[in-house]
Formats: sequence, structure tokens, C-alpha cells
Amino acid sequence: MIEYALNFAFVCAGLALLINLWRLSFGPTIADRVLAVDTMAINGIALLVLYGIGRATSMYFEAALLFAMVGFVSTVAYCKFVLRGDIIE
Amino acid sequence: MEFIVELVISVLIVIGGLFTLIGSFGLVKLPNLLMRLHAPTKATTVGVGSILIASMLFFWVERGTFTIHELLITIFLFLTAPITANLIGKAYLLRHVDPKDDLPHTGEAEGWATFDVRDPEEQPRDPGKLPQD
Repeated sequence: MIEYALNFAFVCAGLALLINLWRLSFGPTIADRVLAVDTMAINGIALLVLYGIGRATSMYFEAALLFAMVGFVSTVAYCKFVLRGDIIE
Repeated sequence: MEFIVELVISVLIVIGGLFTLIGSFGLVKLPNLLMRLHAPTKATTVGVGSILIASMLFFWVERGTFTIHELLITIFLFLTAPITANLIGKAYLLRHVDPKDDLPHTGEAEGWATFDVRDPEEQPRDPGKLPQD
């Protein structure tokens, strides 16, 4: 039963990533694109954790944690650049 | 594996996948950015949260040892989501909202924080005026 649920969640997360990619390409403002990248990082975390459950290894957990941190830092860096014209002042 | 535990894990995974999809669907459907900012928070909290709880339960049943290190990701996401939302909103305000026409007056000597970048030694300004650049 878990396999079916995993397949369903894989399809959902993949579809969500595609939708985010659409927003990233056609987003009318810069903030839209930054938001799309942030959401893509979160969907990537979901995919990694799901893959870890599917393979029954906890190896992908560390990758997911790193993804969360790098996604947060990159979003903040983009927003700082838009706000101040510089990242580290 | 017991049937009930398997059922709970499967339901949590399905809920997580659905909410991830709903969050991204809102990103396309809603009309402007300040509304769009609202949609992916569902994917962050309920979506990734329930997938991580499912992962916790799965490895508990699989290995027999209960670990809470999945909660690290959840806590990290819960801590950082408001910060990113605030910064994205500020970036949008700075580029696309005119502080004179679109925002109500603050009623203080200072204007809106995103637009009002003053050095602290300057004298308090006339409340009606906002910085020009």
C-alpha cells in the first residue's frame, strides 16, 4: 500500500515542480520568480524524503536538510539583492 | 508491518503529496504576488510536515528505533518560512507599490519601513513626506 501512496505523492510533487517551473519562466515580477524558486526548493525536499522512504534508507535525509538550508539562504540572498542592490553590506 | 501503521503512513504520504500540489496550484491560480505568497505556505507546513511525519513513522517501524531527526527539517522550515515571506513581500513592495498612493499613512514620524531608509542621526521628518528614491 505504501508503494501506491508513494507513487501518487511522486506524481503530485513532480507536477508541483512543473507548475513552479511555469511560474519561474513566465512570472511577471522578480518577486514571483524568487517565490517560485523557494517553493521549488521545498518541493525538492518533499521529493527527496519520499525517495528516502521508497528506498528505505535514511541517507537522503541529510540531502533534504542541506536542501532546506541552501534554499533558505538563496531566497534571502535574492531578496536582499533586489531590496538593497547588494547581498553582504 | 501491521496494517494500521501502513495505512497511517500511506494516508500521511497522500495528504503530503496533495498539499504540495495544492500549494503550487495556488502559485499559478492566484492573481497577484501578495496573494500568491499565501499559497506555498500550505506546501511548506502541511505538505512537507506530514511527509516527514510519515518518514519518521516508517523508519520507526522499519528499524525499530524511534528517531526525531526528521523534525529538524520541519523546525527549520517553520522558522525560515516567515522570514522568506517577509523578504519577498518587501522586495515586491519596493519595486511595484507606490508608497504615496497605494499604502495608508503610518500615523508616525517614520514612513513604511521598506521605503524609509534614514540614518538615525537625522532629525525627524515631516510625516507627510516619504523618501523620493
